[in-house]
Amino acid sequence: MATVAPVLKHYARKPSMAQPRLSELEKRLLNAWQKGFPLTPTPYADIARKLGTNEALVLSILEKLQEQGYISRVGPVFTPRKVGVSTLAAMAVPEDELEAVASLVSSYEEVNHNYEREHHFNLWFVVTAEDEAKLQQVLEEMEKRTGYPVMDLPLEQQYHIDLGFPLWC
Amino acid sequence: MIDTLDRAIIEATQAGLPLVAEPYEAVAESVGCSAGEVMSRMQRMLEQGIIRRIGAVPNHYVLGFRGNGMSVWDVPDKKIAHYGRLIGELDFVSHAYHRPRHLPHWPYNLFAMVHGRDREEVMEKVEQIARLLGKDNRGHQVLFSTRILKKTGLRLGASR
Repeated sequence: MATVAPVLKHYARKPSMAQPRLSELEKRLLNAWQKGFPLTPTPYADIARKLGTNEALVLSILEKLQEQGYISRVGPVFTPRKVGVSTLAAMAVPEDELEAVASLVSSYEEVNHNYEREHHFNLWFVVTAEDEAKLQQVLEEMEKRTGYPVMDLPLEQQYHIDLGFPLWC
Repeated sequence: MIDTLDRAIIEATQAGLPLVAEPYEAVAESVGCSAGEVMSRMQRMLEQGIIRRIGAVPNHYVLGFRGNGMSVWDVPDKKIAHYGRLIGELDFVSHAYHRPRHLPHWPYNLFAMVHGRDREEVMEKVEQIARLLGKDNRGHQVLFSTRILKKTGLRLGASR
């Protein structure tokens, strides 16, 4: 589909990203350490011991994976609801205004995810704020500034806690 | 639920732990406490569910999982807890949520993020969910992302 092309083109500029070529050790590291990162004084050395390698190699692999964008970071993943309040919001924006509206939405520090999706509701983003009042204030301001309604889809119940999932079986 | 030091630790770690031999020591120095204090507070936040997990956070798209599809379902409200748990247990589903409907434009009350290497694989998995729901599937759609416009970790300091 036409709308997919820009993304693929974007990633195609970096040939290494089209088909990730990771070593067995890198794959094992990524599969096994999406959770349970040691809360010990020297966690990378402890991971290395379990993988049968050394600390320096673990650190350099993680550095490389981070540099190349395979991982965004190594660290804690916070549950948004437990620190402040958050919601999933969606907007239906005409194609020719999408770019401008999307960058306005992304410019908010309260927005940590913003995706374009193939649907009448084509802009989907997560808004996090310290309290409900602040959250609603952000959503209302977005409506005022863009001229388009924001559909507010707060979490009512979560059925699965994301603990990572197998990347390679 | 969290105090000033917890908050400082969250702010210091939300963009990732430093890739150095003693990362908690580095965090401790920046927030002004001991490494032991950082570790025990993070352990407590993990037990309380404030921290969901600690580890490498993969970028699925770059890793070849191009078929990230947000499937949305209209299921009877009375059965949503049952189906939410069933669908949340599927290994290709990373998140399953109950969210409110916005009628008439948005009849869907159950969200499940389905991951696969491409759209075809995601659609096969969505079919599995459809079979699981049977007649209680009163309508569904899959919204594929075409662009990631912004993706950062939680930013606690944002509104401060």
